[in-house]
Amino acid sequence: MSMALELVGRATAPDTDSPLSIRGLTVSYGEKPAVFSVDVSFRPGQMTAIVGPNGAGKSTLLKAALGIIRPLSGQITSYGRPLHEGRARIAYVPQRASVDWDFPARVLDVVMMGLTRELGLLGRVRASHRARATACLDRVGMAGFAHRQIGQLSGGQQQRVFLARALAQEADLYLLDEPFAGVDAATEKAIIAVLHGLRAEGKTVIAVHHDLATVAEYFDRVFLINTTAIAEGPVAEVFTPSHLQTAYGGRLALAQMGGAAAG
Amino acid sequence: MLWDALTLQLGYNATLVTLGAMMLGVGAGATGTYLYLGKRALVSDAISHATLPGVVLGFMVMVALGGEGRFLPGLMLGAALSAGLGLLAVTGLTTRTRLHEDAAIGAVLSVFFGFGVVLLTVVQVMDAGRQAGLETFLLGATAGMLRDEALTIAAGGAVVLALVRLLHRPMILVAFDPEYAVGQGMRLARVDLAMMGLALAITVTGLKVVGLVLIVALLIIPPVAARFWSERAGHVVMIAGAIGGVAGYLGAAVSATAPDLPTGPLIVLAAFALFVLSLLMAPGRGVLAAALRHLRFQRRVHLRQGLLALAAGQPVYEPLTLRLMRRAGLARADGVATDTGRAMAARARLDERRWQILRSDPAFEAAAARYDGLTPLDEVLTGDQIAALDRGLGPEGAV
Repeated sequence: MSMALELVGRATAPDTDSPLSIRGLTVSYGEKPAVFSVDVSFRPGQMTAIVGPNGAGKSTLLKAALGIIRPLSGQITSYGRPLHEGRARIAYVPQRASVDWDFPARVLDVVMMGLTRELGLLGRVRASHRARATACLDRVGMAGFAHRQIGQLSGGQQQRVFLARALAQEADLYLLDEPFAGVDAATEKAIIAVLHGLRAEGKTVIAVHHDLATVAEYFDRVFLINTTAIAEGPVAEVFTPSHLQTAYGGRLALAQMGGAAAG
Repeated sequence: MLWDALTLQLGYNATLVTLGAMMLGVGAGATGTYLYLGKRALVSDAISHATLPGVVLGFMVMVALGGEGRFLPGLMLGAALSAGLGLLAVTGLTTRTRLHEDAAIGAVLSVFFGFGVVLLTVVQVMDAGRQAGLETFLLGATAGMLRDEALTIAAGGAVVLALVRLLHRPMILVAFDPEYAVGQGMRLARVDLAMMGLALAITVTGLKVVGLVLIVALLIIPPVAARFWSERAGHVVMIAGAIGGVAGYLGAAVSATAPDLPTGPLIVLAAFALFVLSLLMAPGRGVLAAALRHLRFQRRVHLRQGLLALAAGQPVYEPLTLRLMRRAGLARADGVATDTGRAMAARARLDERRWQILRSDPAFEAAAARYDGLTPLDEVLTGDQIAALDRGLGPEGAV
């Protein structure tokens, strides 16, 4: 009995390296779990794609990991500590369609939202803060847009502004929800360049990703999910036809996989 | 008389009341902006209607205790308690059942208000003498308001304003992008509570002046009007405060000119006048400016299409195009091009051919994104770049 308890204790000991470690996560809307009993530890300094069919719980997993959705059960740790202690090191890029872009704000105002924690309630916005926000805009190729109203942006530009806002947080872990959904080719190129730049700085990037054809090209690791965790590991080991078959079932047309699985 | 009222020359009390109403308006306009931007404006309607049972019960309790039933802070406390209960009911219905907020608001608003009206009737039967005046909480009245009451209202507005300043950042972030706010470690429930708490405070403060039926107008109309003038949330808050303040001032001043003028409706009408002014006159988002922009754009499209048709040797059929071209001196009444028209048509054609080449050249990908059929190429490229482009231009007619 005492041994069993010890084992349980060891099994839930936090993974101190992992920027994001999830244990036994179940999230349910109503009485059908969208994510069921998922265990996964994301590796530091790597780019990981969360991949799975529509409705597989990819975005739900991300939102539950951030505390946006309250899970039914499960433990989230970041660098071995509870989520709320690790917030300052995490930056989140939501789906751009989740907000109303007719909101009265300029591009720079949105990027400055990334400094909310740092500024606190009444902290004065200094020239150095603005310079940092502008530098982040420059990094995503939007330097000339700082004073544009956000309602005038194209979809790709909106996505870049969201990324710039996350960059302003100067975090260690970047969580992105479908960053390439509905963006133009130039934006996709620009975003991937920024993400690879982050990796080169030793940061961790985790992104919900839809396009199987680009997984091998863009990412180091893959986390396959379909309500339950299917597999997590380097692209070459996990992104295989048999694993994809498990994740996608009959929904996966062979053509959709393309040459990606071979790469 | 009206002039005296507007310049605060109707005596000490009337002046205090007018300034109190102004302060209330500033607080209401600023607070309402966060509700409006977060698409939660109607919650304030539920809050305000839910104050009525509290007002009447507060009156009954104070009378039962042998006190003065109309003591304003006591009535405000009662109003705050029952409005808080109404707010809890709306939040509870929305989060714990599958009801949407609009349905929850409708249910809570009508039930609380109905209960309040019943209580009001009971009080009227019970003690016809001392209840006189409670019904003024429905539509607001400043006639006969005491000095302390005016000061209480002004102080309430000022306190709310200070809290708005303190909580501006989290409230704006939550209104724009609640998910990201949570990702930053913000407690959504707390920010929400603060926002609604401020609306509640303003409602309770404004009961005596604007009345519970109309206070929602003072929370919503100023930000909606202010939105026409600015594209920055912080500015919208300030402009809404100013509009609310002016409306409060005007309404209270005008109602002081005659004994039976209801203050609440006058304040709302003043706010509405400012709204109409904003709707029509604001640059950018105003209706007139938008109409003007549309006409100008339409003219550009028609002229360009007409010129390209001329250049291609096609007849111009559309009457509006013809009329615009004639007015611009590009065509005669019978549709034949003038010399200017022919020259401009040739230029438009050259511009269009250059654009075609540019758009098929991957080297100009960024510039090609700016093609809209209207923008002249020399606004996008330098002279040298156009010259380089022209080397790809074949002999006339080879497009």
